[in-house]
Amino acid sequence: MGDDGVSGKLTIGAPREVFAGEARVAMTPDSALQLHKLGYGCAIEAGAGTLAGFSDDAYRAAGVAVLPDAAALWAAADVVVKVRGPEPAEAEMLRAGQTLISFFWPAQNADLLEQCRAKGANVIAMDMVPRISRAQKMDALSSMANIAGYRAVIEAGANFGRFFTGQVTAAGKVPPAKVLVVGAGVAGLAAIGTAVSLGAIVNAFDVRPEVAEQIESMGANFVFLEFEPAQDGAATGGYAAPSSPEFREKQLAKFRELAPEMDIVITTALIPGRPAPKLWTADMVAMMKRGSVIIDLAAERGGNCDLTVPDQKIVSDNGVTIVGYTDFPSRMATQASSLYATNIRHMMTDLTPKKDGVMVHNMEDDVIRGATVTHQGAITFPPPPPKVAAIAAAKPKEKAKEPTPEEKRAAEAAAFRAQTRQQVGLLVAGGLLLLAVGLVAPASFMQHFIVFVLAVFVGFQVIWNVSHSLHTPLMAVTNAISSIIILGALMQIGSGSFLVIVLAALSVFMAGINIFGGFMVTRRMLAMFQKS
Amino acid sequence: MDYGFTTAAYVVAAILFILSLGGLSGQESAKRAVWYGIFGMALAVAATLIGPGSGLWMLSLVLIAAGGVLGWIVAQRVQMTEMPQLVAAMHSLVGLAAVFVGFNADLELGRVAAMDEAARAGLEGFAAVLAKKTGVEIAILRVEVFLGVFIGAVTFTGSVIAFGKLAGKVTSAAQKLPGGHVLNAAAAIGSAALGVLYFNDAGLWTLALMTLLAFFIGYHLIMGIGGADMPVVVSMLNSYSGWAAAAIGFSLGNDLLIVVGALVGSSGAILSYIMCKAMNRSFISVILGGFGATTGHAMEIAGEQIAIDAEGVAAALNDADSVIIIPGYGMAVAQAQQSVSELTRKLRAKGKNVRFAIHPVAGRLPGHMNVLLAEAKVPYDIVLEMDEINEDFPSTDVAIVIGSNDIVNPAAQEDPNSPIAGMPVLECWKAKQVFVSKRGQGTGYSGIENPLFYKENTRMFYGDAKKSLDSLLPMID
Repeated sequence: MGDDGVSGKLTIGAPREVFAGEARVAMTPDSALQLHKLGYGCAIEAGAGTLAGFSDDAYRAAGVAVLPDAAALWAAADVVVKVRGPEPAEAEMLRAGQTLISFFWPAQNADLLEQCRAKGANVIAMDMVPRISRAQKMDALSSMANIAGYRAVIEAGANFGRFFTGQVTAAGKVPPAKVLVVGAGVAGLAAIGTAVSLGAIVNAFDVRPEVAEQIESMGANFVFLEFEPAQDGAATGGYAAPSSPEFREKQLAKFRELAPEMDIVITTALIPGRPAPKLWTADMVAMMKRGSVIIDLAAERGGNCDLTVPDQKIVSDNGVTIVGYTDFPSRMATQASSLYATNIRHMMTDLTPKKDGVMVHNMEDDVIRGATVTHQGAITFPPPPPKVAAIAAAKPKEKAKEPTPEEKRAAEAAAFRAQTRQQVGLLVAGGLLLLAVGLVAPASFMQHFIVFVLAVFVGFQVIWNVSHSLHTPLMAVTNAISSIIILGALMQIGSGSFLVIVLAALSVFMAGINIFGGFMVTRRMLAMFQKS
Repeated sequence: MDYGFTTAAYVVAAILFILSLGGLSGQESAKRAVWYGIFGMALAVAATLIGPGSGLWMLSLVLIAAGGVLGWIVAQRVQMTEMPQLVAAMHSLVGLAAVFVGFNADLELGRVAAMDEAARAGLEGFAAVLAKKTGVEIAILRVEVFLGVFIGAVTFTGSVIAFGKLAGKVTSAAQKLPGGHVLNAAAAIGSAALGVLYFNDAGLWTLALMTLLAFFIGYHLIMGIGGADMPVVVSMLNSYSGWAAAAIGFSLGNDLLIVVGALVGSSGAILSYIMCKAMNRSFISVILGGFGATTGHAMEIAGEQIAIDAEGVAAALNDADSVIIIPGYGMAVAQAQQSVSELTRKLRAKGKNVRFAIHPVAGRLPGHMNVLLAEAKVPYDIVLEMDEINEDFPSTDVAIVIGSNDIVNPAAQEDPNSPIAGMPVLECWKAKQVFVSKRGQGTGYSGIENPLFYKENTRMFYGDAKKSLDSLLPMID
């Protein structure tokens, strides 16, 4: 075991992060084992994993070569994996043909990008991995955002003087904490899940109406904004797009309404390539209760809250704590490192289609193409738009237009008139028919005919009310009572003619079967219907 | 002779019968309502035996008792799945009784007409009523007798065939003799011609010949109707048996017969109307048999049927919070209602929201599924009608289709060329997951492809419904 990892095959190396306060590392002993299986050798700089809780010995045990300093590692590694983007001094150590995989933020770091290109290195930016289903396993932004969302709630809890969950104790009643999460991206959803599981009442807002379902599935209430959607929030690759001024006004008005009630506000709203939108204004902070906590996950990009100071925790004049830390994932370095290392490992898997230690930088591949920012001495940023849409934008449900009260009344009146017309028409037609029959038929017939018409009428009125579930008993009981024909047979059975007696007797017998059978079976059926 | 007491008893009986039908509006009041019907019938029979039917009353009582015992035994033994057959068989009895009573009326008429004045004065009962009739009244009487016998005869053979089809003794496929409906029309015209002869004193043979023709119409009409349309047929025959009784009531001058016949007739007519509406077909098209010709090619169905085993279904059920079960005739055939009930009990014990969705034409009899589920002790308040539950499918985790096909066919909504286009259906495909318990691939009675089986969220759970469900039960925990 051991140092052999460096010789012969391509080597993947993870240097120690030089950015101040960064505790994560891009390779863990676990991910190194997986990388070995892909046919690569692995190396780390001594002490790279210490802050994340992985000792050099743990790496050695996983067959990773531990190199004494950064220079040795950068020299030995064919592929350098990092968390933060390279410092200019680090970029100086790149060489032609070497591959660097890390967060890079190419749009914000044009100079660095140019420096890497000049060095001839291939750079894969983990923050540029397209947000499509296939690439989720290497979506480091999501895995880091997930941690940030979780940590945001934990941080809020640490700064909040009360329970999250409502309790009724012998020492008094504790109301549950009310949490508002603004922006239901990965971080927002993670924050919702964490806060809900701690027992808080969680409300969540997002400009994309189609995430309402996701919010509700996590157990939070979706804060609904009455607004005609002018644009489609999902059309920009899974990120929210900047919203119109009118929409923004509506949104802020809603937040002002909620601000006095909320104990904890977690803002996660980011728009790609822009400063974070200011959603939680100073006056909202002023409206909040003393002791409330705001966690601004957008602090690195200026913050969603007016008062946020990046990297600091401040307390406002009215006693609201505003946390503007930008290093939430790094504060959970062990977890963050293992997730990030797994993302890197998945990226390497995609780069090694044959699992034979041969790296194939396939620029036809949507994911690899999207993430690559420099390749063979050329800047390949920005990438062409991905071919696959991020989320199938759910069309907002067509709401049936609520008719105005006047329209409703008019419709009712029209329906009433139509019904009246129909009924009167039927009555007139029926009446005329009866009259016509009455003109020709003798009185004795008419007597019976009137009874018949009335009985049909009563029958229709009564039967419409019969419950659908009782249609079978209805048939059985009508069957039984239609054996009333037995009366006719009974009247005839006393006749003088033998043939008549026989036929009548048969009829009586058959009707007898029907009467008893019909009623019995109806009773049997009805007795079975039971309420739960 | 006047029977004031009998008439009064008839009025009470008629009211009791109306209350009896009206009480069927709810499950609890229905239990009381059936007693109204029984008392009404007892009263009517007793009043008749004491009054106008007193001749040979001993014989009548014995026959009623004998028939009653037979009816009782049948009613006790019948399986709930055999209800459609039983109902059809009973209709045939009413139809045949109507034919006999009609013939008797004619025979008596002939006998009374042959008597002299002195003999007529000594007549009792029905014959006495006949003796008092004038010429016009006798003509009307003949029309009534003729109609009563005709309807009764159609009801009789129609019900016998319906019984045979429902009991599986006659093929349930739609079959017609060469000539089809032309034969029926010819028979009907022949009957009408015989009727004219009969009204003109041509004699008993015209009535008898007409009866034979009516027997043929009943037979041929119902033979031409497929198994899936049976709910309409049975309720139609129900209606006919009522009209036959009403027609006989006219000829006998008995108001109670008229009232009850009209009640039953309108009840059956409404049931038929409801069933037709539920299939989006006109009454005529059902009676004429077979599905109407399509106006174009049915939509091509893309995809494939994906099978699943009991473990998969059980896992989904264990995860689900809300379940809707859609039973159909297949459940009755496989006698799976007890297993369904057991499954429901287990799922409900775990706190899941289990409900049943019943399509109006599910099964072979209106309300058939409700009765089967009630027999298996499924509480009726979780058994819902189509209109009550259709909106709930999108918020349901799992829909289980057990032995139903056309009533869950999305083609009715999606494909304007489908033979069942426009028929209201249970929108089970809107549930997150759909399991279809079915004996095998292939189309049902109607032979219509069901795109539901090819949907992405549908899994086919092949096999006999009872066996499939029984294999599922131990895995629900």
